[in-house]
Amino acid sequence: MEWEAVIGLEIHAQLATKSKIFSGASTAFGAEPNTQACAVDLALPGTLPVFNAEALRMAVLFGLAIDAEIGYTSVFDRKNYFYPDLPKGYQTSQLFHPIVGTGHVDIELEDGTTKRVGVTRAHLEEDAGKSLHEEFPSMTGIDLNRAGTPLLEIVSEPDMRSAEEAVAYVKKIHSIVTNLGICDGNMSQGSFRCDCNVSVRYKGEEKFGNRTETKNINSFRFIEKAIKGEIERQIDLLEDGGTITQETRLYDANKDETRSMRSKEEANDYRYFPCPDLLPIVIDDEYVEKLRSTLPELPDARKARFIEQYQLSEYDAMVLSAYRDLSHYFETTANIAADAKLAANWVMGELSKHLNQNDTEITASPVSAEMLGGLLLRIKDNTITGKIAKQVFEAMWAGEGSADEVIEAKGLKQVTDTGAIEAMVDEVIAANKPQVDQYVSAEPDKRGKMIGFFMGKVMQASQGKANPGQVQGLLKQKLDALANS
Amino acid sequence: MSLDRSDVEKIAHLARLNIAGQDIQEYAENLSSILDLVDQMQAINTDDIAPMAHPMDAIQRLRIDEVTEGNQRDHLQTVAPAVEAGLFQVPKVIE
Repeated sequence: MEWEAVIGLEIHAQLATKSKIFSGASTAFGAEPNTQACAVDLALPGTLPVFNAEALRMAVLFGLAIDAEIGYTSVFDRKNYFYPDLPKGYQTSQLFHPIVGTGHVDIELEDGTTKRVGVTRAHLEEDAGKSLHEEFPSMTGIDLNRAGTPLLEIVSEPDMRSAEEAVAYVKKIHSIVTNLGICDGNMSQGSFRCDCNVSVRYKGEEKFGNRTETKNINSFRFIEKAIKGEIERQIDLLEDGGTITQETRLYDANKDETRSMRSKEEANDYRYFPCPDLLPIVIDDEYVEKLRSTLPELPDARKARFIEQYQLSEYDAMVLSAYRDLSHYFETTANIAADAKLAANWVMGELSKHLNQNDTEITASPVSAEMLGGLLLRIKDNTITGKIAKQVFEAMWAGEGSADEVIEAKGLKQVTDTGAIEAMVDEVIAANKPQVDQYVSAEPDKRGKMIGFFMGKVMQASQGKANPGQVQGLLKQKLDALANS
Repeated sequence: MSLDRSDVEKIAHLARLNIAGQDIQEYAENLSSILDLVDQMQAINTDDIAPMAHPMDAIQRLRIDEVTEGNQRDHLQTVAPAVEAGLFQVPKVIE
C-alpha cells in the first residue's frame, strides 16, 4: 500500500500597522524590552481595547486578494489560556465570525500544472509577548513589546499532499501579503510564521489519520524539511505498528528533526466566548468596494502579463512576478535594454546570485535596474561580449560606476576592427601547427567542433575582447582555405 | 444540570484558581444553580432571533493607526514584583 501525506497550514502574518491592534503602542521591531508595551498591552485593570482601523483594512484587502467571502459582521472572541507572555490570560481572536471566510489560491507545481488550495478562513488576533528562558537561572524574563501586534491567521484546507506543495502554498501567501503591503514578510524576525498540520493515510482512503502540529517554523527551507521529516517519522511509526498521538511538536533546525512539545489533551480547552470589551465590527459594501479598487496587481495577474507582454517562459514569469520590488526591477531593466529575455536572464542569474551571496535586498542592490539596463545595452550593441559583461557587473557591484564608465576605465571595449582580429587569428594559426594539421586532415563534418580550440586561443589573446562572431567567421574561413588548398 | 467535585476541580485548574478542599462542595452547588437558571432560559423559543455578540446594540468604533503611547517602562514596572534588564521576571515556566 502506498502512503499519502495530508497537510494543512496555519500562517501567522504580522500586519504592517504602525501601532498595535488594540492600543497606541508602537509595533516597530527590535526595541529595548518593554519600551513598547503600554497599560493596555500589559492588561492593567481598567484598560479597554480600541480596534485599529488599519488592521481591519489590511485583513479585508487580503480577503479580496484571495477571492474570499468577507465577514461583513465579525466578532472578537476570547481564547483563554495561561502563559506569562499573555498578560490578560486570554488572546483576543476571532473564532465564530472571522473577518475573512472561505477563499483560495492557486499554486504552481514542479510539473508545470497548477493546483487550487482552499483557504478556510483568515482571522484577526493579537500576538503574544516573548518569553526568555535562557538568560536567568531560576526565572523567565518577559518582554511584552510584541504583545498586541496585529496578526492575520490564515488557515488553509488540508489540501496539500507533499512538502513541496506546502512550500509552494506558503510562498504564494507570502508573495500575496508582501505585494499587498500588509506584511513585511520577514521570516527571521517572526513577521511571517507557519504552523504545519501533518498526517498520513493510505492512498485512496477517505479518513484522515491523527495529525501533529509543528509550530513556528521560520524559513521556507525549514518548512520543507520539517514536513518531510514529520511524514517519514509518522510512516515509520505506523509501519512498526505504532500509533500517532495528536500533539504539538517543535522543529529543531540544528538536528533537522521535530520533537514533542506538549500533548493537546488539556491545552485544547480554550473556552472561547465573545469578548465583551469589544463590539461587533460591521462593514458595508461601500467600504469593501472602495478597498477592492485599491487592490494592486497581484502575482498571478502579473505572471500572465509577463508571459503575454514579454514572451517570458512560465518559470521565468513565475519567479519574476512573485515580488513587487523584483518585478519592478525586472521591468525597468527590460525596458531600458529593450530585451526582456536578456533582462530576465541577468536578473535571475548574475543579480540574484550577488544578492543572495551578500544577503542583500533587491531595493538595496548596489547595481540599480537602470545600471543593469545600461550594461545590457552595451551587450546588445556589441560594445562588450557577454563574458566581459560579467566582469563589468562585478565592477559595478563594487561601486566603480556605470557600465560605460567601467568599460572606458578598464579598456574593455570589444574589438570589432576586422584587421586587428585577423592579425590575432593569423598569429594563432601560425603558432599552433599540430592542431591546424589535425583540422586539415579531419573529416569536414568533424571540423566544426575542432574550431573551439582556436576560438579559445584567439579570445585569450584578445583578453576576451574580440567579437566572438567575427573571430569564428574568420577562423572558419582561413582554416577551411588551408584544408581545401 | 449539576456539577460534581471533579468538574469544579477542573474549572479551578483551567482558571488557575486555588480552592480549599472544604469549599468545593459549596462551589459545586452554587455553580449548579447558575446552570439551572440557564437551563430554565433554554426553554424560551429563540428560533427567529439571531444570537447577539454583545448586549449593546452598537458597533465597534475604530482607532486611527497612530503611535500615541511612548516608552513608559520605568513607570509601569514600578508595580512589577520583579524586574531585571528591562524584563518582567516570573517563575521559570519550562524545565
